[in-house]
Amino acid sequence: MSESVIIAEVNKGTVAAVTAELVSAALALGTTPTVVVPCTDASVADGAGFEGVSKTIAVKGDCFTNYDAASWAAAIDAAAPTGIVIAAATPQSKDVAARVAARRGISIVQDVVAIDGMNLTSPIYSGKAMQTVALSGDAAISVRANVFPAAASTAADVSVVDQSGDVATAVQEIIARASARLDVSEANIIISGGRGMGSPDNFSHLEKIADTLGAAVGASRAAVDTWDEIPHSMQVGQTGKTVNPNLYIAVGISGAIQHLAGMRSSKYIVAVNKDADAPIFSHADYGIVATWEEALPVLESAFSSMMA
Amino acid sequence: MPNIVVLVKRVPDTNARIVVSGDRVDLSAVKWVISPYDEFAIETALQHKEAAGGTVTALTLGPSDADKVLKDAKAIGVDEIVRLWDDSWSELDSNAIQSALAQAVTGLGAEVVYCGKTAADTGAGSTGPGVAERLGWASVSNITNASFDGGITVTSPVEGGSARVSVSGNAVISCDKGNMKVRKPNVKGIMMAKRAQVNVVSADAPVSTVSIVSQTPPPAKPAGKKFEGASSAEEVARLLRDEANVI
Ligand SMILES: Cc1cc2nc3c(=O)[nH]c(=O)nc-3n(C[C@H](O)[C@H](O)[C@H](O)COP(=O)(O)OP(=O)(O)OC[C@H]3O[C@@H](n4cnc5c(N)ncnc54)[C@H](O)[C@@H]3O)c2cc1C
Ligand SMILES: Nc1ncnc2c1ncn2[C@@H]1O[C@H](COP(=O)(O)O)[C@@H](O)[C@H]1O
Repeated sequence: MSESVIIAEVNKGTVAAVTAELVSAALALGTTPTVVVPCTDASVADGAGFEGVSKTIAVKGDCFTNYDAASWAAAIDAAAPTGIVIAAATPQSKDVAARVAARRGISIVQDVVAIDGMNLTSPIYSGKAMQTVALSGDAAISVRANVFPAAASTAADVSVVDQSGDVATAVQEIIARASARLDVSEANIIISGGRGMGSPDNFSHLEKIADTLGAAVGASRAAVDTWDEIPHSMQVGQTGKTVNPNLYIAVGISGAIQHLAGMRSSKYIVAVNKDADAPIFSHADYGIVATWEEALPVLESAFSSMMA
Repeated sequence: MPNIVVLVKRVPDTNARIVVSGDRVDLSAVKWVISPYDEFAIETALQHKEAAGGTVTALTLGPSDADKVLKDAKAIGVDEIVRLWDDSWSELDSNAIQSALAQAVTGLGAEVVYCGKTAADTGAGSTGPGVAERLGWASVSNITNASFDGGITVTSPVEGGSARVSVSGNAVISCDKGNMKVRKPNVKGIMMAKRAQVNVVSADAPVSTVSIVSQTPPPAKPAGKKFEGASSAEEVARLLRDEANVI
């Protein structure tokens, strides 16, 4: 059986849930995975034990204090230099995986959503088509979240490797997000508002539901472009973020092709729109034809009583 | 004064309908454009030149029909346009594309490269960091802002917010939309672009080890349920819990 190297996804100092899904992807490829955990404190890797994993390596280095693509790739590559590289399809891990692949002179296939032997499928043309490729050698791949089942956790047998890389960029300042709210790229549930929300103040109704569900709040480009209060970091779509949550609730969003590009692969889509002919309804699992003014209070009280 | 390269790629217009015929996407009827994020890369490159002097060269890897996007870049204001191609190439994988681009960047003597965050066809975001690694350069991806006061300082997303990062030395910088307004070609630019010469160069590309098996339409979703009226929201909430199991 050939080997693979899983780059663990570390979020707020802990190993993120998607890492367990990467283990299933590695097994689907017929490989035996080693999990590599980039960290400054090796205890993080205690959360990276999974059934089916042969080794867990904490790669402990000063370079992991801030994100710097060059040093991260160098340190991770040095700690586990052979095998198929598997990372989560988050912006940062896709970036690191691309550099690790380039270091080794191998190819990379991003955003994999299905694995069949050595055949990998990922979306192309913003999800307007799917492409299946065959690997005939080592490669790096990134895997979308919520596609593969999570491997069961076990106690991790961690070996610690002290390994840093030469940091090529200098962080001047970290600007914290204005709100403590979850980012759309990190959330399992997203509720997004569009131009139909009428004003940025009305996004408070979305935030209320987001708080009930532990969801992130997103926006269409029309909302971001129209209202200064809605930052680009909330934008979902072709020129915003690509998201793949379990549940995406689109409120006052028409469903333009560029918006769909960023969210069509969500497991479940709910649309609230007053126009029964809005294109978003063709993509929604559950559509509610109503104004948000009427529908959101009903939705919010139903969710509240469920979560209580 | 910096020698600046900006990578531009020809892609189908993002409004284009993508049709599959046989087991390949049929692009014979689509309108072609510069990949949307590459417009931000061009804008950033031009701003860099305006602040620090130097030249901006637009580089694309593609067959002769890619000349059009180079001319479009020229009309927006780049100085030189270069196309990288070898007639023996077809369906190059990322390793081949990045190797060839890195050689061309070296050949042009560039010190900084701007590119798009992701190309509209691949959606990958691999090329910027991959080319940087091959050149032994720094890379910063998905920047939303850049300033050129002495060196290069960019804003890029990090966990919990964004970081202002300065880059000293050579780097590949991939550009997100951010709050940038891109300039549009003017009449003079369009006239100059018409007469501009595309400089064609070649490179060695390693054999591709990733080959396309098939391209297919996205899986059809089963038709959803549509409800009239706000009171149905209660039913939808229940279905999300009991049928979809997502709450
Ligand atoms: C190159 C390019 C890239 C783009 N990238 C993106 C992108 O990343 N993301 C993105 O979202 N868009 C993107 N767009 C823009 C996209 O084409 C649409 O213009 C945009 O998505 C529309 O946003 P919207 O649905 O909020 O607004 P609209 O299209 O104006 O729709 C508003 C909707 O709200 C409904 N509505 C109004 N009032 C109410 C009410 N009281 N209650 C309920 N419903 C109501 C209306 O029926 C309507 O359907 C891009 C466009 C281009 C050309
Ligand atoms: N064939 C190409 N020619 C020129 N630039 C390219 C090419 N492929 C990718 N790029 C650049 O790399 C960016 C990211 O592409 P990708 O890695 O395919 O998502 C694009 O936005 C372009 O700036």
